[in-house]
Amino acid sequence: MSEKPEKVQFFHTCLINEFYPGVGMSVVNILERLGITVEVPPDQTCCGQPAFNSGFSKEAREVALKTLDILLETEGPIIVPSGSCGDMIIHQYPQLFYDDSKSLAKVNAVTERCYEFTQFLVDVLDITDLRVRLNARAAYHPSCHLLRGLKVENQPKVLLENVTGLDVVEFQDQEECCGFGGMFSVKNPEISGSMMNNKIAHLEAVGADMVISCDMGCLMHLEGGLHRRGSRIQVRHVAQILEEGLAS
Amino acid sequence: MTLFTERAAQALNDGHLQVALNRATTQLKSRRTEALSSLEDVEQIRDLARNTKLNILSNLGDNLLKFEERLKENGVHVHWAAKSEDANAKVVEIAKQHHVKKIVKSKSMVTEEIRLNASVLRAGFDIVETDLGEYIVQLAEDHPSHIIVPIIHKTREDVGRVMQERLGVPFSDDPEELAWTARRKLRREFLNADMGITGANFGVVETGTICLVTNEGNGRMVTSLPKVHIVLMGIEKLLPTLADLDLFLKLLARSATGQKLTVYTTLIHGPRREGEDGPQEVHVILLDNGRSRLLAGELAESLACIRCGACLNVCPIYKNIGGHAYGDTYAGPIGSVITPGLRGLTDWSELPAASTLCGACREVCPLRIDIPRMLLALRQKAMEELRQPAGLTLGMKAFSAIAALPRLYRLVAAMGRWLLRRLGKNGWVSSSFLPIRNWTKVRDLKTPAKTTFQQLWQARGRNDGG
Repeated sequence: MSEKPEKVQFFHTCLINEFYPGVGMSVVNILERLGITVEVPPDQTCCGQPAFNSGFSKEAREVALKTLDILLETEGPIIVPSGSCGDMIIHQYPQLFYDDSKSLAKVNAVTERCYEFTQFLVDVLDITDLRVRLNARAAYHPSCHLLRGLKVENQPKVLLENVTGLDVVEFQDQEECCGFGGMFSVKNPEISGSMMNNKIAHLEAVGADMVISCDMGCLMHLEGGLHRRGSRIQVRHVAQILEEGLAS
Repeated sequence: MTLFTERAAQALNDGHLQVALNRATTQLKSRRTEALSSLEDVEQIRDLARNTKLNILSNLGDNLLKFEERLKENGVHVHWAAKSEDANAKVVEIAKQHHVKKIVKSKSMVTEEIRLNASVLRAGFDIVETDLGEYIVQLAEDHPSHIIVPIIHKTREDVGRVMQERLGVPFSDDPEELAWTARRKLRREFLNADMGITGANFGVVETGTICLVTNEGNGRMVTSLPKVHIVLMGIEKLLPTLADLDLFLKLLARSATGQKLTVYTTLIHGPRREGEDGPQEVHVILLDNGRSRLLAGELAESLACIRCGACLNVCPIYKNIGGHAYGDTYAGPIGSVITPGLRGLTDWSELPAASTLCGACREVCPLRIDIPRMLLALRQKAMEELRQPAGLTLGMKAFSAIAALPRLYRLVAAMGRWLLRRLGKNGWVSSSFLPIRNWTKVRDLKTPAKTTFQQLWQARGRNDGG
């Protein structure tokens, strides 16, 4: 995209709406600070991933169609503050409707407008430095669907590297799954918990103050584990870091 | 049989296993990365290998017949086995014909799949595993827990104890000494054996060649000393030409053990000729055992697997629970596709569910097999064909119906938030209240926000509008 879009649609995801509204506000504030008008389709609910990943395709299709219809009524790039929901829309919707050409046309019209938040900042707006400052020792957790699904690898990293004062540390098995996996976290809690504890142990080993990611699903799971252990490590969405810095 | 979740829980509580798995998978992972980086054009090689394999699978019937023809021209006896029992019966029949007493075997997953050892022992023949790892598995009356590293779950101290108990040698945990003990014992087995059984890493259609890769030299002994050699191979193992073998050998050794080439690469073209060493008779048993059914469906891609085990080493689930928890021959991500595929979904639907769909397997698979896609396909099939817990089905159906009706969704979400906030204390829920019991088993639940993002956004809009 050669021209900077004037207006975007924000697909806030169900998790941010119900559990982390502040993260949504951070995304909006950053985009507005960059001179972009943000619209929030009021009737959006969920992308349908919980049903799809559990094998309920018919049900997932119902939710997906609703989401598609809502987004089709709008204009401009669609910003998704989650690698997982972004991957669901961009890569799984086409699978879901592979045999339904009418819906597939809707899918194509929507997916070509979809961007994960950091992908939009770096690839579309060409912004890698928000000139923010934050003193902390942070670890970045590349969530699986962001990294291996959407192939968004460097965008969040470069945004974080350019935060003055932020010491971004690497840690063991950094690219390994944290064990969330949506329904997996409650279907196989023991395995999920073990994966989570491995991740937390590696974060503790490097003395991180916070773990930053682009997916609130992973972070909600890790935050629950950190709280259970009484750990002092905080969780942050990338947008919160970038906004906190802007404010100071 | 026990449930997958029970086996997994047991593995998670086995500290010894955790140490062994972590050590081994970490090492295998870094060796693979290093070895592949030594390969120029590795991505193109992977693409080419993938296309070659998918292409031959798309015309497998004709290629199998061609392969059979070449094998026969080379003087090999060819047998077809639809099921495990057929393959096992054929082995027993050939052993009887030749008045065999002792059989030696090199490492083969397909013989594990059909439980060959048990059935040969029942028929009264002695059968000895000669791959060091498999030999220890056999001594310990255990099962392999990794495609490439059968005793990944054992430390060298474990191996020392097994040898001490079963072979009556003094305890040692020195790898070299343990290997020497096995070597001395196995040498005698090789010399006394009258039949050798191997699997096949590849079967080359063009030339009717069986290709076998090993590291310990036992494969060569098994295929050259006894007077009869039986090859057991799945029908998916074909490659078109010897030139293609070059691609696959490059990828297999690097992906499996991080070697540029395995120590031994054996190409077998038939029984011995005038003035040569080798077996007087070579038999190839081509096994289906559910593979042609896979070929016809959404799991066809799984037949491209070359059994390198790379997906196991990177899988965070495998790394946590090991191979035995999977409950059958093939563990790890590919096992979670193949096992339900070959054995049926009814008893194995827990396997495809036990994945976060993180995609690490697809990333390292030398043939880029899309394992997560097939796990999803199996989950979907399970929902359509099997009885599911009523709560889950009801919950998912309700969730989806509600999520498609925004106003109702907002109402139900508000009720859920209210309830969780009531259950919470200082912003956290730790109790084992039923619907969230499995969440709070291992972690706390942050209480939902009092005000949703939508509400914050709309309130701000009103303020801005003044």
